[in-house]
Amino acid sequence: MSGSLQSAERPGGASAAGAASGYRPSATLPFLAEFRRQASRRRTQLALGFMVLLPLIILISFQFDTGDDDDNGGGEFASLIDLATSGGLNFTLFSIFVSASFLLVVVVALFCGDTVASEASWGSLRYLLAVPVPRARLLAVKLLVALTYSALALLLLAGTALLAGTLRYGWSPLRSTVAAQIPAGEGLLRLLAVLGYLAVVLLVVAGLAFLLSVTTDAALGAVGGAVLLWILSSILDQITALGALRAFLPTHYANAWLGLLSTPVQTDGVVRGCISAICYATLFWGLAFWRFTRKDVTS
Amino acid sequence: MPSPLPARLRRALTRRRVVAATAVTALLAGAVVWAVWPDQQNFRTESRVLTVLSGPAGAEPVALDTTFYLPDGASAGRKVPAVLLAHGFGGSKESVRADAEDLAGLGYAVLAYTARGFGRSGGQIHLDDPDHEVRDAQRLLDWLAARPEVRTDAAGDPRVGVVGGSYGGALALLLAAQDQRVDAIVPMITWHDLAGALLPESSGRSPVDGVFKKGWAGIFFGNGGSAGSGPAGLAGATGNEEGAPVSAGPPSPAPGAGPGTGPDGGPAFAADPSCGRFAPDVCAAYLRIATTGRADPEAVARLGRSSPAGVLGRIKAPTLLVQGTADTLFPLAEADANARGIAANGTPVRVAWYTGGHDGGKGPRTDSDRLKFLTAQWLDHYVRGEGDVPERSFTWSRTTGFDALDRGLVATGYRVADYPGTGGTARRSVEVTGPVQSIANPPNGNPAAISSVPFAGALSSFLSGVAGDLPGQHARFESAPLPEAVDVVGSPTVRIRAASPTGAAVLFVKLYDVNPEGAATLPDGLVAPVRLTGLPADVATAQPVTVTLPAIVRRIEAGHRLRIVVATSDQGYATPAEPTVYTVAPGGGPVTLPTVDGEPIATSAAVWRWVLVGLLAAIMVGLVVVVAVVRRRHRRHDTSVHPQYAGIPLAVRNLRKEYADGFVAVSNVDFEVYPGQVVGLLGPNGAGKTTTLRVLMGLTQPTAGEIYVFGHRLVPGSPVLSRIGALVEGPGFLPHLSGLENLKAYWRATGRPEADAHFEQALEIAGLGASVHRRTRNYSHGMRQRLAIAQAMLGLPELLVLDEPTDGLDPPQIAEMRRVLQRYATDGRAVLVSSHLLAEVEQTCTHAVVVNKGRIVASGPVEEIVGESPSVLFDVSDPQAARAVLDRLTGVRVLPDGDGGLVVDTNGTARSEVVAELVRAGVGVDRVVPRRRLEDAFLALVGENSRGSGDR
Repeated sequence: MSGSLQSAERPGGASAAGAASGYRPSATLPFLAEFRRQASRRRTQLALGFMVLLPLIILISFQFDTGDDDDNGGGEFASLIDLATSGGLNFTLFSIFVSASFLLVVVVALFCGDTVASEASWGSLRYLLAVPVPRARLLAVKLLVALTYSALALLLLAGTALLAGTLRYGWSPLRSTVAAQIPAGEGLLRLLAVLGYLAVVLLVVAGLAFLLSVTTDAALGAVGGAVLLWILSSILDQITALGALRAFLPTHYANAWLGLLSTPVQTDGVVRGCISAICYATLFWGLAFWRFTRKDVTS
Repeated sequence: MPSPLPARLRRALTRRRVVAATAVTALLAGAVVWAVWPDQQNFRTESRVLTVLSGPAGAEPVALDTTFYLPDGASAGRKVPAVLLAHGFGGSKESVRADAEDLAGLGYAVLAYTARGFGRSGGQIHLDDPDHEVRDAQRLLDWLAARPEVRTDAAGDPRVGVVGGSYGGALALLLAAQDQRVDAIVPMITWHDLAGALLPESSGRSPVDGVFKKGWAGIFFGNGGSAGSGPAGLAGATGNEEGAPVSAGPPSPAPGAGPGTGPDGGPAFAADPSCGRFAPDVCAAYLRIATTGRADPEAVARLGRSSPAGVLGRIKAPTLLVQGTADTLFPLAEADANARGIAANGTPVRVAWYTGGHDGGKGPRTDSDRLKFLTAQWLDHYVRGEGDVPERSFTWSRTTGFDALDRGLVATGYRVADYPGTGGTARRSVEVTGPVQSIANPPNGNPAAISSVPFAGALSSFLSGVAGDLPGQHARFESAPLPEAVDVVGSPTVRIRAASPTGAAVLFVKLYDVNPEGAATLPDGLVAPVRLTGLPADVATAQPVTVTLPAIVRRIEAGHRLRIVVATSDQGYATPAEPTVYTVAPGGGPVTLPTVDGEPIATSAAVWRWVLVGLLAAIMVGLVVVVAVVRRRHRRHDTSVHPQYAGIPLAVRNLRKEYADGFVAVSNVDFEVYPGQVVGLLGPNGAGKTTTLRVLMGLTQPTAGEIYVFGHRLVPGSPVLSRIGALVEGPGFLPHLSGLENLKAYWRATGRPEADAHFEQALEIAGLGASVHRRTRNYSHGMRQRLAIAQAMLGLPELLVLDEPTDGLDPPQIAEMRRVLQRYATDGRAVLVSSHLLAEVEQTCTHAVVVNKGRIVASGPVEEIVGESPSVLFDVSDPQAARAVLDRLTGVRVLPDGDGGLVVDTNGTARSEVVAELVRAGVGVDRVVPRRRLEDAFLALVGENSRGSGDR
């Protein structure tokens, strides 16, 4: 430490609110700065990379198909598996189908659950608050960036699957046994609608993980907790004895997107699923903001 | 231990938390209870066996097992209308219990009963014979009229509706025809002509030439024979009692009531093992038909007694006819014929189709809701006499896919103002072509094509796998792909030509929907059997025959083809036993598809869509309001400068911090930091230093007191925090970034211009050299500490707050740190350093504030504090003697404290003089150590037991 402060300037230029020159609360922690902070992290790169890799792995796996037809476990939607190689759109649908129930949940929980908790565990959260980044702004930017990465993951998965699937299996109409085949152009729109609905449903995971993220300093706890609760809700949803209570489970409408494949499109479950997901997400985020703007940051 | 709760738990159980947790638990429990609470029963039931006099002469007693459902409040003073509820074939009064409860809930007195020949009722099955089953029902109407709670139109004429499915539906029709006391009927999925339903013929011939529907008839007969109770279920709305071999396993016989056993309580008839509980004439007719596969006129006449077909003209009771599309037993045409027959009298008739039936069950939820609504509306107006006249509009539904959530079917409902019949309101013609084909009739009908499996019709409509035509036994004629989608509602017709060496042929004509991949679907598994006679041997000379295909509701998509299949065999039907080869060809002329242009019935989905829109709007509004309120609060936020502290970098006033668990970390702290000062906040671990700094950084809310920075009141997130650089509770870096990247990332987060950061100077202070480009996860503790100090100095903040800055630094670095800090505190800047090390504060600070247990113990310039104190430590050979000597000196005081030595307050007396006095008195003086104030204060603190105070 042989530093000197020869060019130390005279302090001054403070604003009416007493801030240092150049400081504006609304300019702190810009979206891009937070985006770069997260982009530099290995887990972000790995998660996004895996989203690109997964469709390719599935594609290669299909090359080992020996033609032995075995029943894929029944259910009218099991045929999505049989139809996966019928075209790029169907391949994309299959990729989404296999990752929607768990993989995407984990990825979204990772992006949203880790964002605040990891800063707390590194100790950098208190320096951001001392900048000062207003707490509501910190949360808003962190949430937006986490949601952006979640959306990016979803799009990367679908985009890669669509690209690889189309290159390998060609551009053909979307097929399913639940409805007439859908022309490729409209099929693409349906696929986008499916992605949109999935994104909305995953908002519940995002909300839950984010709430846990601001309440704990352990990033693993927030991510794992959100996934765990999601699985618990899925299990409860299997228990028909719960009757009407099941409709209140956040996972109850998780598969309603399958209705978007039928003709005409079944929007009933989708609409109710959106209502459920938005209610839960709003509740969780509201609690997260309420909690974080009041809590003592002691980590 | 007197305390029952561990301290931790007690601390966690603050009043607020307990209240909040209790409220949440109570809400959740309330929601669960509300959801699972059984519906309140608002009726009572009376079960009894009524013995009525019936039979052709009205003199044969028969015991009927009944349950009477009476709504609460019904009495002789408040009479209620009644509903007679009949069950489906093979069922009992128990199988209509759910419907009875629904109707009782609507305020009707419901009489559910087990028809004769079934369950615990006596008698034999006469198949809704006017002299038996229908007469039984008339006696039950008498009974209802005698009940004081039941409203009557006249003496002995109850106000009553009759509701029933299938077997019960036919009873409703026959009863309304025979007894004008019936005020309204709701027959569901029932027959028009029983002979025609069991021996259909689709080219317009009579049941005598019909093709025997042996699959269904066998189930029918077997069920009556076994006297089984059938599956519980849906009878009122849908009547699915004709046994359920596929879905519910074999019917369970009542104990001791197997085939051939008489009914419980009255084995009045000698049991015939081949007839079970069927009446002998019915049994004989069935046996004849089943043996030959053909109906003789006597058998047709016997079945005709059981059919509403001949008595429709006598029905005056308004009729709501419900029929299912997934019904290979009683297809839509049966209800169509009933509707036309009853409407011809001018009697109000309304028709509704739904996607269930004998194959499809009660259909999706939307369908059963619609039917319940229609039934209630019909009864309310025509029986109870309340509500507007129901419209006569025709409603139907079409299966539109599988429900993604519960994997059931989804149906969309449609309505049109007038019932169009099975001919539709418009027709679409589609040409089908194909070569002349020869097809073989298999001997004894084996192997046979499978068009439907009873009770699996809903699936067969979607899964082409169920429907199978055998090669060589069927001919195909196909259309070109349809240019646009066609919504078929009704019976398509087709013309075919056929030739047979024997002059006769039994053929099954089917209409398939073939998708572009070639998968063919037979809608609802429905087929049109035809028996053709007088055929030439050469197809070229054959006359075209028009075949009316079963009525369907189906959307045939654009690009799909129509396929007409003419098959020689079908598993569900009896076919000629001799092997023959027929020749078939298209009959010329198109396939006509009836269509109805209906408007979709809005479902609850539309409501939910508005709920979603409302929800989004509410969230938007809520968000705007919250943001506005927060902005407003911010704007009102005090930006004024407290004049007293305007020029002071830091003024802490009466700071107190009490944690939620009651722990007081800082009880009263009060100090200032002036420009140019390096102030040391000195105290042992747990004195409250870190808590003070946390409040100072806006990380923690103080319980009381204020902090002013340059006169601005400091609260969490105050903009004035931007003028403070801080190192609190150790460094905090992103481990995956290098030191330089960390600093840059931090500065980007401030949103301030990069030029203001003065990275070079900060890096110079950090002195990390090339290591600044390494990831911080690999840094040593000291390197991280130096980088953290550099980060605190970024932008040269006017107040630098460093918590234990020398932690992890080696002595030369500590010395350097002292120079850096002192140089930093120039030009109006100030530094606040916290430390538990006396030496550190002494070396680096100009001023010191000593805290202990949350309070200030001493404060002032370091020189003043460190300066010589009036107290001196004497190490003497004889402390007792020395004490006596010193007590004699005026002003000199021995302080109580002192381990081994004497701590003496000389109070102005020169030390040399004190020593001289001691020596003079013969006390040996080993050591004389002048003490310093800071040390006094500090040791006094440390001397006290600071353990257990915890980390503050």
